[in-house]
Amino acid sequence: MATVTVPEEKKIDSTPAAPEESKPKTITLRISRSNPSENLETKFDEFKVPVQKWTTVLEAILYVKSNLDHSVAVRYSCRQASCGSCGMKINGKPRLACYTKISELDSNVITIEPMNNFPIIRDLAVNFDQLISTHKKMKPYIINEESEVQPGTKEFIQTPKDLEKFLQFSYCIKCGLCNSACPTMATDESFIGPQGLAQAYRYTADNRDQGKKDRLKIVDQSHGIWRCHFAGSCSNVCPKGVDPAMAIQLLRGYLLGFRK
Amino acid sequence: MAERLSNREGIKGMANPTRYGMERFAYWLQRISGLGLLAYLIGHIYETSTILHGKAAWDSMLSLTETPGGHLVLVLVIGMCVFHTGNGIRLMISEGGKGVGKPGQPEYPYRALSLNSKQRLCIWVSIALAALAMMYGAGVLFGD
Repeated sequence: MATVTVPEEKKIDSTPAAPEESKPKTITLRISRSNPSENLETKFDEFKVPVQKWTTVLEAILYVKSNLDHSVAVRYSCRQASCGSCGMKINGKPRLACYTKISELDSNVITIEPMNNFPIIRDLAVNFDQLISTHKKMKPYIINEESEVQPGTKEFIQTPKDLEKFLQFSYCIKCGLCNSACPTMATDESFIGPQGLAQAYRYTADNRDQGKKDRLKIVDQSHGIWRCHFAGSCSNVCPKGVDPAMAIQLLRGYLLGFRK
Repeated sequence: MAERLSNREGIKGMANPTRYGMERFAYWLQRISGLGLLAYLIGHIYETSTILHGKAAWDSMLSLTETPGGHLVLVLVIGMCVFHTGNGIRLMISEGGKGVGKPGQPEYPYRALSLNSKQRLCIWVSIALAALAMMYGAGVLFGD
């Protein structure tokens, strides 16, 4: 006959254990300061900022603005990697300030500069005019003579497979990190850039669109798609998984006749 | 409107092989090896043109390439040539849209599919072939 041992009753503490307290540490934030409207000098100001393991670079900058120097110019909005406003060079690499935790940088000194390849407005805020105008030149909309909203026309049917062809490229938030990392953008002021080229592919690959010819003509120029040498830096820094390098090579496939 | 700093990185930024991973390093090597081969081509044309000035000038130029320094340059040229060819073939195939992955739903942590292991393997193979060719070339040129 089998015997069953009943375990002794354990005392269960109903109060949840307090989370282990994270010790704040202090880091040095080196912020690039420049004001082109006054002079062309750039200097670095250093600030001691207390941080927790979850503190983001943007939060550290906002701490500086609130407590140490309110004159630091920075552009930000959503704080959740959706608006693409807070792109900047953090420890030498373009990143979104709201999406980069201080703890993942493994350094007690964080150097923050404005993104390269964009004109500086002041301090960390850069001018996006060229990015936006290039984006517009790519005709970032569906070109189709028919319309879903006109009475008497059918809706445009799309399968999940059709959607996958362009979906990831539609996640672009126009933060400009790819253009900042691109080695061609570093030397060629007229280059369309990975952001614009990826958007040209996004709409070209959409089976509702009929503007392929127009877009291929726009990118097939001397400062266009052929200036990309597949260094992959754009995809390396993209915070949304857009992978502009892939889009550019696939777009080239259309021009070379490998894709239809 | 106030003058703005253009803030372009320029050649210094373009030629910096660090920061952006293996593919950026391969880009840098491809550029450096291309420039090196161009310089060699110009030097080679100059070298062979000395024959127009007679046998003595030609022999004098040839003797330069027979020095350890001349051999070292040739070993480097072999390496640049092999890497540039191998990596160039990878780039030509990729730039036609082959081997760069398939578009799909990106998932966190959003690793770029175009920067895949096949691409990296091709880069490493190009580097390894260049190293092997350089070793073989050094053996032939400096041997005996």
